[in-house]
Amino acid sequence: MPAMRDAELARLKSRKLSAAFFYGLIIIATVLSVSILFIIISHIFVNGFSALNWDFFTQIPKPYGEEGGGIAPAIVGTLIMLLVAALIAIPIGVATAIFIVEYGATKLAAAVRFAVELLAELPSIVVGIFIWALVVRNLTGYSGLAGSLALAVIMIPIIARSVEEILKLVPDSLREAALALGTPRWKVVLFIVIPTVLPGLLTSIMLSVARAAGETAPLLLTSLGNSFFNFDLRRPMAAMPLQIYSYAISPYDDWHTKAWGATLLLIALVGIMSGGVKYFTRRWNHESH
Amino acid sequence: MSLIKSMADIVRPQSNEQASQVQEREPKIQIRNLNAYYGKQHAIENINLDIYPGLVTAIIGPSGCGKSTMIRCINRMHEVIKGAYAAGEVIVDGENIYALDADPVRIRRRIGMVFQKPNPFPTKTVYENVIAGLRLNMPKQKKSFYDEVAERSLRAAALWDEVKDKLNAPGTALSGGQQQRLCIARALAIEPEILLLDEPASALDPTATLKIEDLLFSLKEQYTIVLVTHNMQQAARASDMTAFFMAGEDHKGRLIEYGETKEIFINPKDKRTEDYISGRLG
Repeated sequence: MPAMRDAELARLKSRKLSAAFFYGLIIIATVLSVSILFIIISHIFVNGFSALNWDFFTQIPKPYGEEGGGIAPAIVGTLIMLLVAALIAIPIGVATAIFIVEYGATKLAAAVRFAVELLAELPSIVVGIFIWALVVRNLTGYSGLAGSLALAVIMIPIIARSVEEILKLVPDSLREAALALGTPRWKVVLFIVIPTVLPGLLTSIMLSVARAAGETAPLLLTSLGNSFFNFDLRRPMAAMPLQIYSYAISPYDDWHTKAWGATLLLIALVGIMSGGVKYFTRRWNHESH
Repeated sequence: MSLIKSMADIVRPQSNEQASQVQEREPKIQIRNLNAYYGKQHAIENINLDIYPGLVTAIIGPSGCGKSTMIRCINRMHEVIKGAYAAGEVIVDGENIYALDADPVRIRRRIGMVFQKPNPFPTKTVYENVIAGLRLNMPKQKKSFYDEVAERSLRAAALWDEVKDKLNAPGTALSGGQQQRLCIARALAIEPEILLLDEPASALDPTATLKIEDLLFSLKEQYTIVLVTHNMQQAARASDMTAFFMAGEDHKGRLIEYGETKEIFINPKDKRTEDYISGRLG
């Protein structure tokens, strides 16, 4: 019997050892992934924070070799193009998701779903080339509108796919309750299904806006960039990612610092947007339950 | 036979005389050669059934006999499920609701439905749940009109006294039994002529179940009520007429026997009905 117990104890020991080993591996992997994010953000903060001052937010960029100035046109351009892109992409993306889920018994809906998936996986530079060939060359030239369209193409599949997943969470019993009251299907979707998923809907829209805010490649080929204030969608428009790119490849230390500053601002913008939506949707859920 | 006798005791005696009288009336719903399918699967076959006004008609039978499919065909909710369709005639007041030009949306406004699981709208208050059908399909009425309908419907559903002080609470904050009566009030608010209930008490405790049954008894004067239930005592207690459905080896549900509830429970004519009622089947 004691021999048996020894063998059992030995097995237990080795089992505990291997459990501890794998637990350690998991901890290391987790620390690594979190620390990568931490290193990036702290690096951006250290390098970029000194660039943030009043001029940075309000002035246009200075010409080569001059110190000072800011990136105000890029901030304005990014906000305008994101707004226009969202206005285009939200109805199209949400409507596509509604078609797939609410009217989706057909083979056509499956095909649409597949197309949306392909669109989501398209490299963003390809989207830029597509808008360049179609819109920039034929219609508007380099313009804020072309940039907005490129961003909208990026946003549509993100919205469509995430809204599709959210709509699928709505139980059929809810749709049946409304249908059984003699409600046409479009009213069921608009007045019953959509209000039920509104918080999730806003979250997925914000997700797509955050993704589009950082896109650089499609804007290089469409909105081009601009060193001056421009509110006209028909003309080239500045954007924060473009400003970061052109400052980062310049030979001036002052511009490098401004590139870091713009990066910090972009990250803060995206963080505030998604954090704000999370906060409001949580309060919303709290109130309605 | 002892079980059958005990079931017979449950049957409400006064409602049976009523049943035989009312049967001389015109049927409210005539189901003729009705077949329903889920894709290739043939769910119910050749159903012929007359349902009378002023009575509670129960549809009973073992799981998978097509009783839920049957009731969903009466307001064209069957076809809402992907791939489902029905063929045949369901004639309500002389009008075939499966005619080519019949509009399922209009039909459903005349025929209310209550489902197995209480399904109040989670984003709406008690008050807004009751008048949801009106808000959706008769918008822009005066507030006093909505208030009136809400109170009348909640009273009819025997819920008014319990919720009159929390009309602005979310509908989902009520208890399960209250939620189900809220769903009945919601169905009554659009003033249907027919009320379909698909196992309305199967998710409820016995007290809440009895409340629902009493409610049906008080509503049947005004409405034609069809009740699907897997609970035989409930059919015996709450219904005047009973239709027994059963699926054969081929999984197609058929109507086996139909008649006054008393007759079905005391003198079933078909051996299969007797076996089911006495608990030897299903």
